[in-house]
Amino acid sequence: MAKELQLRVNEKMRTVTAPPETPLLYVLTDELALQGPRFGCGLGQCGCCSVLADGAEIRSCITPTAKVVGKSITTLEGLPAYYAAKMKLAKSPELHPLQEALIAEQAPQCGYCYNGQIVKGAELLFKNPQPSEAQIRSAMNGHLCRCGTYPQILSAIQRASKAIRAAITEVGRG
Amino acid sequence: MDNGDNRSVFARRDFLKATGAVVVGFSVAPKAGAQEGGVAIRRGVVSGPPDEAEIDSYIAVHPDNTVTIFSGYVDLGQGGPTALRQIAAEELNLDFEQVSTVRADTFVSTNGFTAASRTAAIGGTQLRAAAAEARRVLLTLASDRLKAPVQELTVARGIVSVKTDPTRSISYGELLGDKAFNRRYEAISYTGGIELPRTNPNNAPAKARTEYKIVGTRIPRPEMHDKVSGKYVYVQHVRLPGMLHGRLVWPRGQGPYGVAPKVIAVDEQSIADISGIRIVRRNNFVGVAAEHEWDAVRAAKQLKVTWAPAPMTLPGDAALHDSYRTAKTKDIVVTNAGDVEATLKQAAHVVSGTYRGPYQSHGTMAPNCAVADVTREGALVMCSDQGIYQIRGTLAKLLNLPQEKIRIQYYPGSNTFGSSCYRESAPAAAIMSQELGKPVRLQMSREDEFGWDNYGPAHLADIRAAVSNDGKLVAFEYQAWSHAGPITATVENLAFGSEPFVADTPTGVGLYQIRLSQNDMYDVPNRRLVDHRFSANGYLRIGALRAPLDPPYFFAQEGMMDELAYAARLDPYEFRKRNISHTRWLGVLKAVTDAAKWTPRVPASNLSSGKIAAGRGIAVGTHHLPMNQGDRITYAAAVVEIEVNKETGGISVKHVYGAMDCGLAINPGIVENQIVGMAVHGTSLALKEEVHFNQTNVTSLDWSSYQTLRFAEHPSVTPIVVQQIHEKSSGAGEEVLPAVVAAIGNAFFDATGVRMREFPLTPRRVLAALRSGTTSRSA
Repeated sequence: MAKELQLRVNEKMRTVTAPPETPLLYVLTDELALQGPRFGCGLGQCGCCSVLADGAEIRSCITPTAKVVGKSITTLEGLPAYYAAKMKLAKSPELHPLQEALIAEQAPQCGYCYNGQIVKGAELLFKNPQPSEAQIRSAMNGHLCRCGTYPQILSAIQRASKAIRAAITEVGRG
Repeated sequence: MDNGDNRSVFARRDFLKATGAVVVGFSVAPKAGAQEGGVAIRRGVVSGPPDEAEIDSYIAVHPDNTVTIFSGYVDLGQGGPTALRQIAAEELNLDFEQVSTVRADTFVSTNGFTAASRTAAIGGTQLRAAAAEARRVLLTLASDRLKAPVQELTVARGIVSVKTDPTRSISYGELLGDKAFNRRYEAISYTGGIELPRTNPNNAPAKARTEYKIVGTRIPRPEMHDKVSGKYVYVQHVRLPGMLHGRLVWPRGQGPYGVAPKVIAVDEQSIADISGIRIVRRNNFVGVAAEHEWDAVRAAKQLKVTWAPAPMTLPGDAALHDSYRTAKTKDIVVTNAGDVEATLKQAAHVVSGTYRGPYQSHGTMAPNCAVADVTREGALVMCSDQGIYQIRGTLAKLLNLPQEKIRIQYYPGSNTFGSSCYRESAPAAAIMSQELGKPVRLQMSREDEFGWDNYGPAHLADIRAAVSNDGKLVAFEYQAWSHAGPITATVENLAFGSEPFVADTPTGVGLYQIRLSQNDMYDVPNRRLVDHRFSANGYLRIGALRAPLDPPYFFAQEGMMDELAYAARLDPYEFRKRNISHTRWLGVLKAVTDAAKWTPRVPASNLSSGKIAAGRGIAVGTHHLPMNQGDRITYAAAVVEIEVNKETGGISVKHVYGAMDCGLAINPGIVENQIVGMAVHGTSLALKEEVHFNQTNVTSLDWSSYQTLRFAEHPSVTPIVVQQIHEKSSGAGEEVLPAVVAAIGNAFFDATGVRMREFPLTPRRVLAALRSGTTSRSA
């Protein structure tokens, strides 16, 4: 049975009506018209649907919506503001440093998996602003890319890591 | 162009009123309003394709001195439209930013089929000719207005000025501004992919390539920002008012080709607990639709449909290649030069081997999706088919509507690598919309996608070859087995209640011919190629998967070249230099070996006794050959460095060097991206990918049962573009792929001294090969 559920998505409270077991993905895409999280497998295997729940990456295609009530959901769209809040920046940048780095690397081909690549890469950089190559490879291993752009994503995470560390230094000074 | 606003702009009522003439998601119509003339005024209002012999079909000039090009070639993620914009900008002396593209649309676009690496090669060539004509018209107009002869004019950023007096100038926008060219010219046309010569001596000449400033540069792809920010609109994002979410219901995993699934019973009570579900049934087509997507997902899973049992006639994956041996074949001698038999009898070193490759899946990141709104008056279908005009024909038959009443708009999906299941989702959406009288969004499931794919063809090859003492290739015989590859949509068969096209005629069988007729690759005086073709019936559906058939073909051919080099105690690059005289093949080999700092060494001459054995391999590759692409050949070569764990059987590909000469590379950055992608994709094909099936159906239906290369496993990649500004542009999206697959097989031999003649090189096969100490096969 459909129920009213209160969700915190990208720092806004949203009310949706859906059966509580509905996977979060369908609520985000169909009820809230978000384009970041997207359907890839419905099995939690590929990572296209990833979002952050209280800062931890989850697969929205297999997460019942009721489970995230009371948590703070951040989607690709909310990532720059989330980054700004975490970094205590005065103003949210238009893009997260990893998004900037992916443009600089001209990384995406079809770009469909990039929602998950960015959400997961950002989670990694929040936890560890200076990951080694081995740590990046390991953290990102649950996100498939069929165009074969892993090498550019790896470079972009390394590039973003530098930018974030520079920003941390700046915030520290400021 | 992709702003997603169409969700609110689109109104079903408007669409009905205008019988399919509504403009969705782009703004050509306002500009077209001021235009006069045939093609231009019909654009967006009347069904295409527009007449290719009119400049207006390709190009429109606007008052703000910008230009729109109307190409049927679409962005599959490869950056093709960026390359087309560069070509138009170059030819018209505009900045890249002054040229834009619009969504491919059967009411707007020229006819283009974005497949077989055609975008730059064919689409670009046609556009260049149209743009050259357009520039000539614009210069003639300018000459009148500026009262100066054409040869005294110069153009920069679309502003024409008099060379000797730059104050006298006028822009394209002022000259034509939304008016039509109204000019016919001799377009470039193609038959079977081969460019036909033009006959009119007065065709506008294209710009001299030495003057290029935009073509040949690394212009960044403009869609990157939208792709990383989530603003890019994929077909999966499209929603229409009043729309239902549809899902297909068909057997889990396809059965043997030749017999379409048959419905015995549909138990509607089985989904009685899910409210508001509409079941669509047309012959053997079954679908479910609901207002809420999750309801449709649940209903599709839960609906009990009894299907006639699939015949148990598939050979199963383990016995696949053996079954080829007993197939009733049509044997075609493709090449027979010199005397192979006599040479094999007297040659210094004779080598023979049987090579095998599996069925492999497209494995698109996003299962296919389409949105259709079908009424009695017409149909609007939004989908990611690679050929908007091709799918229109399919839908006309299915919907019983004339083609001109069907409007197809291209919305990007994920990686495609070929036709995949594109031909299933749009027909399914259209059938459901027609039955339900509402717009339907049909989203395929991961299982639909893996289970009903047109797989890359499995292949079997017996090779016998010989090399002389001085390392000259003297004989090469290739006996090939592959079954037919008919491309028909299963959804069509289900809806019509018909059986699949019987694929045992020569035309049905010949889709992917083996082509060792590439006599300009290796100089071999005695060569024989026999193609054993047989019916698809009783096998799996195959289709165009990136460089169709070439991964197994080059794995075999280049594996055998490596075996011959070893037999002659030669370094494999040195062996190729002794047997290849074509400068462009030698060029990519030199480029790739330079990058990899290749030092001469006989394969397997540096074996390690440790647990980890390192090796390197080299191979050439291509895809299209003269028989279907004229003189537009792409030359590719790869070097790979691997490590084999002899205890686990795991292979780690550390580095891939890929070199490609695709003639004039319009945007070398885009070509490099393709090389990187092919290096990773090729590694995945070589090490991991294979479709699993038993006697009745395909069983690899998710990312766990169909394994692909993961992030942690990816190699470093060095892409090398061999630029040839005076050559024709040829394909750039397929050719390195087979070279990578083959080079990995050769690197395994170099590392271990054991030849594996079947891929993928999974740990199980590797351990079996290492145990047997020789080669090749395990179940």
